[in-house]
Amino acid sequence: MDFLGIPTQALFGQLLLGLINGSFYAVLSLGLAVIFGLLNIINFAHGALYMVGAFVALLGLNHLGMNYWVALFVAPAVVGGLGVVVERTLLRHLYKLDHLYGLLLTFGLALICEGVFRYFFGVSGESYAPPEVLQGGVDLGFMFMPLYRAWVVVAALSVCAVTWYTIERTSLGATLRAATEKPELVQALGINVPVLVTATYGVGVALAGFAGVLAAPIQQVNPVMGSNLIIVVFAVVVIGGMGSIGGAILTGLALGLIEGLTKLVYPEASAVVIFVVMIIVLLVRPAGLFGKQA
Amino acid sequence: MNNVQNKGSFPWGWLALLALGCVAPFVLYPTFLMKVLCFALFASAFNLLLGFAGLLSFGHAAFFGGSAYVCAALAKNYGVTPELAILAGAAFAAALGALFGALSIRRSGIYLTMITLALAQLVFFFAVQLPFTGGEDGLQGVPRGKLLGFIDLADNRAMYFFVFAVFCAGFWLIHRTIHSPYGQVLKAIRENEPRAISLGYDVARYKLLAFVLSAAIAGVAGAMKALVFQLASLTDVHWHMSGEVVLMTLLGGLGTILGPAVGALTIVTLENELADKVGPWVTVIMGGIFVVCVMAFRRGLVGELLALRSKRATP
Repeated sequence: MDFLGIPTQALFGQLLLGLINGSFYAVLSLGLAVIFGLLNIINFAHGALYMVGAFVALLGLNHLGMNYWVALFVAPAVVGGLGVVVERTLLRHLYKLDHLYGLLLTFGLALICEGVFRYFFGVSGESYAPPEVLQGGVDLGFMFMPLYRAWVVVAALSVCAVTWYTIERTSLGATLRAATEKPELVQALGINVPVLVTATYGVGVALAGFAGVLAAPIQQVNPVMGSNLIIVVFAVVVIGGMGSIGGAILTGLALGLIEGLTKLVYPEASAVVIFVVMIIVLLVRPAGLFGKQA
Repeated sequence: MNNVQNKGSFPWGWLALLALGCVAPFVLYPTFLMKVLCFALFASAFNLLLGFAGLLSFGHAAFFGGSAYVCAALAKNYGVTPELAILAGAAFAAALGALFGALSIRRSGIYLTMITLALAQLVFFFAVQLPFTGGEDGLQGVPRGKLLGFIDLADNRAMYFFVFAVFCAGFWLIHRTIHSPYGQVLKAIRENEPRAISLGYDVARYKLLAFVLSAAIAGVAGAMKALVFQLASLTDVHWHMSGEVVLMTLLGGLGTILGPAVGALTIVTLENELADKVGPWVTVIMGGIFVVCVMAFRRGLVGELLALRSKRATP
């Protein structure tokens, strides 16, 4: 079977790969958008914390015998805890200043994270076996579907959906959105905004940690796995605009698919296609697809 | 801003620095000094954009490294003389700066930063894939050539004085720009953009020009670096390089004239001293300096000194 001269096996294979990459873009840009909404900083350490999440899973398995399913909860908790400490001790003091300082601080933290892991683990990295239940795959007739990859998409999309629902449809989410608009007013209504801010940063980076565990069995776990990804995610965020949670998720998925399709049609361009899309969006719709700009 | 020079009085401070620059290669290792000068010019160019126009670019490695590649390729493959190769590199960087600027000033604040970073990554991928850049190896063994056709730059001292002269010219240009009416408008935009717009200034054009100027000077620095080390490589276009120039400027003092140069001197010295002693910890130390600067030391070395002096002057 062919589709526009491309074998369907290859087409669906690349679409699946694109969907997986898209899931990671979605979870990571979602975390960035959540943090940006309330803290008004762009978290440069997001990629490094994604890497830390993957390493927590790897080290937990090697040294403590912690299995994948436990890691799926422990790693986000560890990364989130780290985030809470960073917010309480460092970020908190920068809110009154230019937003650029938050970016520079988190960039410094990313360098520290990457350097420390590089010292202990080198750059080559180690592989992490997927849990036994998810090894192998099923033949769907038109393509072969590895189970773990299907799981990644399902898990990532579920987390996105839960986050979206919490922010857009629950009373906690309503409080959060109100604090994004008018923090002083929300504080005056008796809500502890500083705690809300700390928790938001913690949850935002926990999402990165979660993505790290999901990624561990797919790619080599190494100290630089986050830094290259985060630049692409920044481009995704520029394309989507950080104004809308749903927009961040959709943009992430769509760009993953576009990247996957490019790999089929013109493989040389697949590494740069997202940046090219960013340039086009900037020319046509400078505020981003879902952005609001005066 | 007149930290060294007061209007009308003789610029003793600058003269002393000039003399220091002329004596230095007889005391210290010239290659080290040339590296410092290249990075000092790079950081000063970056500071023009961040310190005076308030635009944080995280893509300056593209100008620095892109120009280094152009200069190295011309000098190595076509035997172009060094001054022309550097000019070509700078022209390339300026064109790139116009492109980056035109796209990124469509957004502001952190979006601008992310856009410049993404565009620079695009340039990085081109540097990896294009045939003329030599991939992972980069361009090695670039000849320094003969300046104007007769001054042999293979000699380290000759090369040093050439680099020093170019540095002084670039530094003077930045200094003049900052103190020109154009520089004042830039500062006005940084302080209050809506007011500058309401006063009738075409803000986008001012920002774009700042981008081009900063990129061109960063390009000169990158091209000179390629000649000094006879090498243009992926390190020069990697985002780490963009981060490093931010760090130099921040450490020395944002928006001060001498700050970026002082920051560059400090960081290059640190890297030289630490590289073989602590190895991979260099990245951690750089990250640590970032954190300390942002948390406790936002005025930078020169900025703190100036603040101390003005506090003493007005008790």
